Amino acid sequence: MPEPSPLILDDVVITRSGRPLVAVDARIAPGEVLTLMGPSGVGKSTLLAQVAGFLAPAFEAGGRIRLGDDDLTDAPPERRRLGLLFQDPLLFPHLSVGGNLAFGLPAGDGRAERRRRVDAALTDIGLSGFADRDPETLSGGQRARVALMRVLLAEPRAMLLDEPFSRLDAALRDEMRRLVFARVRERGLPTLMVTHDREDAEAAGGRVITLTAPGH
Amino acid sequence: MTPFERAIRPFPGLTLALLSLPVAAGLVGVVAPAFGWLPALGGETLTLSPWRALLQAPGLADMLCLSLVTGLASSVIALAIVTLFLGAFLGTRPLRWVQRLLAPLLAVPHAAAAIGLAFLLAPSGLASRLVSPWASGWEQPPDYLFPGDPAGLALIAGLVLKEVPFLLLMSLAALPQCRAEERLRVARSLGYGRLNAFLRAVLPGLYPLIRLPVYAVIAFAGSTVDVAIILGPSTPPTLAVAVVRWLNDPDLALRFQASAAALLQLGVTALSLLAWWLAERLVARLAAGWLIGGVRARGERLGRTLAAGLTALSILMLGASLLGLLLWSLAGWWPFPAAWPSPMTLDAWRQGLASGATPLAHTASLGLASTLLALALAIGCLEAEALRRRTLAPRTQLILYLPLLVPPVAFLYGLVQWQAQLGLAAGWLAAALGHALFVLPYVFLTLAESYRRLDPRWGQVAAALGASKARVFWRVRLPLLAAPIGAAAAVGFAVSVGQYLPTLLLGGGRLATLTTEAVSLASGGDRRLTAVFALGQLALPALGFILAAGLPRWLFHHRVSDSTAT
Repeated sequence: MPEPSPLILDDVVITRSGRPLVAVDARIAPGEVLTLMGPSGVGKSTLLAQVAGFLAPAFEAGGRIRLGDDDLTDAPPERRRLGLLFQDPLLFPHLSVGGNLAFGLPAGDGRAERRRRVDAALTDIGLSGFADRDPETLSGGQRARVALMRVLLAEPRAMLLDEPFSRLDAALRDEMRRLVFARVRERGLPTLMVTHDREDAEAAGGRVITLTAPGH
Repeated sequence: MTPFERAIRPFPGLTLALLSLPVAAGLVGVVAPAFGWLPALGGETLTLSPWRALLQAPGLADMLCLSLVTGLASSVIALAIVTLFLGAFLGTRPLRWVQRLLAPLLAVPHAAAAIGLAFLLAPSGLASRLVSPWASGWEQPPDYLFPGDPAGLALIAGLVLKEVPFLLLMSLAALPQCRAEERLRVARSLGYGRLNAFLRAVLPGLYPLIRLPVYAVIAFAGSTVDVAIILGPSTPPTLAVAVVRWLNDPDLALRFQASAAALLQLGVTALSLLAWWLAERLVARLAAGWLIGGVRARGERLGRTLAAGLTALSILMLGASLLGLLLWSLAGWWPFPAAWPSPMTLDAWRQGLASGATPLAHTASLGLASTLLALALAIGCLEAEALRRRTLAPRTQLILYLPLLVPPVAFLYGLVQWQAQLGLAAGWLAAALGHALFVLPYVFLTLAESYRRLDPRWGQVAAALGASKARVFWRVRLPLLAAPIGAAAAVGFAVSVGQYLPTLLLGGGRLATLTTEAVSLASGGDRRLTAVFALGQLALPALGFILAAGLPRWLFHHRVSDSTAT
């Protein structure tokens, strides 16, 4: 695996019809989790969408987004290889649990080898034997773990977390926090998280940037 | 229970009965004469002789083959174009441009589009004029057969042109239901290219939602009469056209053979749907491994180029067809290979106005009557749903599609037999009811989503203010839904204007509309008058769409000023 690179947000500014909405300038080292905090409506998720490559056409963006020396600013989302974890697990209902994981795996290898890697990934998150299950039959916590594993199997170069724990109940939330942060550290992935929950930031243990509503 | 609730409650049952009974009765009505039983024509014994006669009809195998191939091929091509287009452009600006063109494209009646295409691509059509003689070297119209080529290519092209906008509309309505945007985002953030993400992550969720519309397209394409008369080969024609020919033959004995053929048409449609269903299974099985094989970006550029090219070609062809119709309607003298008629004249329009007044009145009155009936039934059903707070079961919704899945030529012809047997008058009323059979599904499907999505709190607020259920319906829900109701009415009116077979069969062949006139003129030689009728047939629904867009705004504007004045 190549040496992990830092994720760099170089004077990234998002505006809406000319008015600035949110501005961030940051360098996230490999294995570091940077948390963006703030009430809803300050543009946290919009910023994340810009980093991921999904900025809605109603917004304009300035500044550069880089991964090491690789400038991602104008790359389509699929070329960025940034693992994006959404609020909802969003497992594909037309695929089995194993199919969802295989969807994340890069192409190549034989069918048997892919199946072996999917099984190993399931064992890794305590779900061995679940490959042929329908995602609908999983509990909320199980779905969240499969979603995380699907992202990791795609071999991302950095992680983007969009309020990833907000839909989980309190007990699961702790467990998922530990799992997610352990995995990004272990792989040395620079990670950008947006949240409005202070406990998320504390669990991440990294720097926190607090955004305020524009004009304040 | 209030009188209002008592009045609304029977609507779903009534509507489903009105849709399913004529189809069922029509099928029964076609079975009996197919086995020789039709006392009105002296057939009083059961016999297989209609089938024997049918089997000996010259070219029967070719007819069957033509119906199957044109129906399935046009559906495959149309679905492929729509899939590629959505895959390449979902969530981008070109999709929004096309979306805006969709309503006018859908408003073009089948016959008008077919006539336009025939005029565009015929040897002396606009397309060959534009490249002659400077590029093609043709001083005379080239020698190829279009429309009416024996392989049915012209027919396939005409069907594709009209099916693409329909399937696109149905898909666009279904995309939010399968959370297409989210699926696309997940797949793209996992590194899948736009088209691959769509095919692997969105299409498996989208297709089940558009399966019924796809089946309706297959059933329509394999059994259409008007498009096949205009664009299809004539010796032998498709099976559905042959049924209508035998039916209209002065030799009444041919009616028994026509019944057998109509029943055979039902079999052909069933066979097409079965073949498609088997292909679905096969594709699903073959694709299972492909979906999760992890390939991210194969064929992206090729797919996007193809999608852009095919979509542009479809829109360009429809646009050029309409331009061609306009030019022909104004042409005085237009020798080949001139690209522009000169001089231009209004003669054809004058002639059209003189002979077209009655057909125009029939078209408008049939359209208004069938649309109003369909609208009342659809709104009644949806209001009953809202009162019961439960949507119709999926199986009952299937009944809505019944008139679109059973080939009209089969059950309409059966209804004609009942008319003859029971001595019912053929004419305007029968034709208007027949139109309503085809208008109702479209009106219901167009209106259902808006009606079901209307925030129930509007009604609750009004009820809390003391409004009765009837008052909530008349004064709150209907006004709030004015725009979608207008749109559904425009769609229904357009569907009615485009109807050929119900007018021809249930009207007893004596009820002339713009569509029946345009179809019969198209097989004659007078291009100028044909163009005038095709344009008239097209202008009426267009007018409907303009009114639908403008009227609610005007009404709403008035209501605001009224309420502020009091």
